[in-house]
Amino acid sequence: MTLELSVTIGKLKLKNPVMVASGTFGYAGEFKDFMDLRKLGAVVSKTVTVKPRSGNPPPRTCETPAGMLNSIGLENPGLEKFLTTKLPVLKKTGVPVIVSIASEGDPEEFVALARRLERVRDVAAIELNISCPNIRAHVKGLVSQDPKSTYEAVRSVRKATKKTLITKLSPNVTDIVEIARAAEDAGSDALALINTLMGMSIDTKTRKPRIAMGVAGLSGPAIRPVAVRMVWEVYRKVKIPIIGMGGIIDTESALEFFFAGATAVSIGTANFVNPKASGEIIEGIEKFLRSNGIKSIKELVGSVRIC
Amino acid sequence: MKPVQLTARVISNRRIAGPYFKLCLREASIARRALPGQFVMLQVKREDAPFLRRPFSIHSAQGPDLEILYETKGAGTRILSKQKPRDAVELIGPLGNGFSLRLGSRRPIIVAGGIGVAPLVFLAQKLSNRKGLALIGGRTAAGVLCEKEFQKTGFSVTIATDDGSRGFHGRVTGLLERELRTANPDRQIIYACGPEPMIRRICGISLKDKVPAQVSLEAHMACGIGACLGCAMNTKHGYKRVCKEGPVFDIEELL
Ligand SMILES: Cc1cc2nc3c(=O)[nH]c(=O)nc-3n(C[C@H](O)[C@H](O)[C@H](O)COP(=O)(O)OP(=O)(O)OC[C@H]3O[C@@H](n4cnc5c(N)ncnc54)[C@H](O)[C@@H]3O)c2cc1C
Ligand SMILES: Cc1cc2nc3c(=O)[nH]c(=O)nc-3n(C[C@H](O)[C@H](O)[C@H](O)COP(=O)(O)O)c2cc1C
Repeated sequence: MTLELSVTIGKLKLKNPVMVASGTFGYAGEFKDFMDLRKLGAVVSKTVTVKPRSGNPPPRTCETPAGMLNSIGLENPGLEKFLTTKLPVLKKTGVPVIVSIASEGDPEEFVALARRLERVRDVAAIELNISCPNIRAHVKGLVSQDPKSTYEAVRSVRKATKKTLITKLSPNVTDIVEIARAAEDAGSDALALINTLMGMSIDTKTRKPRIAMGVAGLSGPAIRPVAVRMVWEVYRKVKIPIIGMGGIIDTESALEFFFAGATAVSIGTANFVNPKASGEIIEGIEKFLRSNGIKSIKELVGSVRIC
Repeated sequence: MKPVQLTARVISNRRIAGPYFKLCLREASIARRALPGQFVMLQVKREDAPFLRRPFSIHSAQGPDLEILYETKGAGTRILSKQKPRDAVELIGPLGNGFSLRLGSRRPIIVAGGIGVAPLVFLAQKLSNRKGLALIGGRTAAGVLCEKEFQKTGFSVTIATDDGSRGFHGRVTGLLERELRTANPDRQIIYACGPEPMIRRICGISLKDKVPAQVSLEAHMACGIGACLGCAMNTKHGYKRVCKEGPVFDIEELL
């Protein structure tokens, strides 16, 4: 039986539905000693901003029950240096490169980033990160916490690029569907759900937050039920494909997302614990389809049995 | 050398003193390529084990055998201390940049505080022909680790305890200052690992006495392979990753 693992996200055709989440796979080179990177459906870069960012003061990470907090603060070399030093490394994987972009406050930066990337052939798609909780300008609220700002940001980028546009949403909202619809209406080709949940952890000996910035982003299996629920809610109300993520660590947890309505999945924090995780999950999904006599991954999407 | 990811079997895992344990593994593919100062990311595969791996320096690598010296601190190290011979542990390594072994005609002075001896014994093994000096500090006599291991490598050992229960009464950095008073700075190099105040003090001494120093640093890290950008250390050239550009740094690089 030939399996159909490929999926389509906007104009982008992926040979399989497993990619790696922004900020959890470095620039891919870090993983070449551990797995065959050509196996991946796509790679997503660490988020890049117009200007270089040195990131937040340490400590930036700590472990929490079934997960971790991080406040990296979008450390990145800035767009131009990214294009000359990091993109070539990402390209070496031989799989489509999705570049994640963010603004440090001014929405015009999204447009500048998208315009520049539009002219770079090696960029297969753009992921609009309007959901990073870890930079000062966003403390007052994330773009993706407001449907109107979401619409405007997506709209402006949509006008600047013909490339596949993925909008990455934050779970730190009351109604995820409202935000997802705004992104869809503004012309996003797909949605990435979810970015980290805002959290905090305090060292009881010192009474200090365990992360220097105080509030940070929670990821890992701890957030998986929240992520699956959001994918399910959004799947029922929007038509564009969903890339599901949040606490996927193995084949089982990846399957949950497909059943809930994801067309593809991203592996995040699990890469830190098991650098081979994404490759193993691709094999696991194949095995699942084969042993259940399912021909195409598409048959799984949204197939949760709810009476 | 490229790091590898594998499952290793425990050969032994014994308490050596108080909260300190020594874990021996037979893992040739890591042991044979390891350099002093490099580390492994370790995880015990058990339901109750923490989610993330934990970083540990390579304490010794001789032939196919690999040793880790660790202090039980929290859940991860406590569970590790319960592992028995033949149990499995997950390893990634060797990782990071080790100590520079190009010391020219300089005499190595090792300065270790508490569990900071961990990477320095491996270093002494590699410099066993150099007639070096090992200054070991502990809070009490029971916290002075690896005296015999350093002696075996031909290093001469001097001890300091905070409470004066053994050797020099005071900080190990006091011993270092005493040693440097009579030594030619152009002929010495310091290698250090220990708690942060000790490292800071050594920075001061190294700058004042113009003796080069390399220090092994710690930071919280999620991945150990350079991907998460969690283990940032502020240096003269901006943030560096402890796991990738470190964990060993030249002291001039630090702020
Ligand atoms: C490159 C490197 C090499 C290391 N080598 C050794 C070694 O050879 N032997 C050894 O005993 N320890 C070593 N450590 C420290 C060791 O990783 C921590 O003690 C361990 O992760 C604690 O895990 P835990 O689950 O027991 O404690 P947790 O419950 O995670 O934490 C307990 C306490 O330990 C502190 N801690 C946790 N992680 C770290 C860390 N990465 N660095 C510093 N403090 C931490 C926490 O602040 C907390 O107060 C090294 C750390 C690094 C970064
Ligand atoms: C250390 C770390 C850094 C991250 N950096 C980014 C980033 O730069 N841009 C982004 O869109 N998401 C970033 N994320 C969020 C992840 O891409 C992902 O959305 C989130 O972690 C949930 O998935 P997971 O539980 O599988 O990790 C980061 C997550 C972690 C843990």
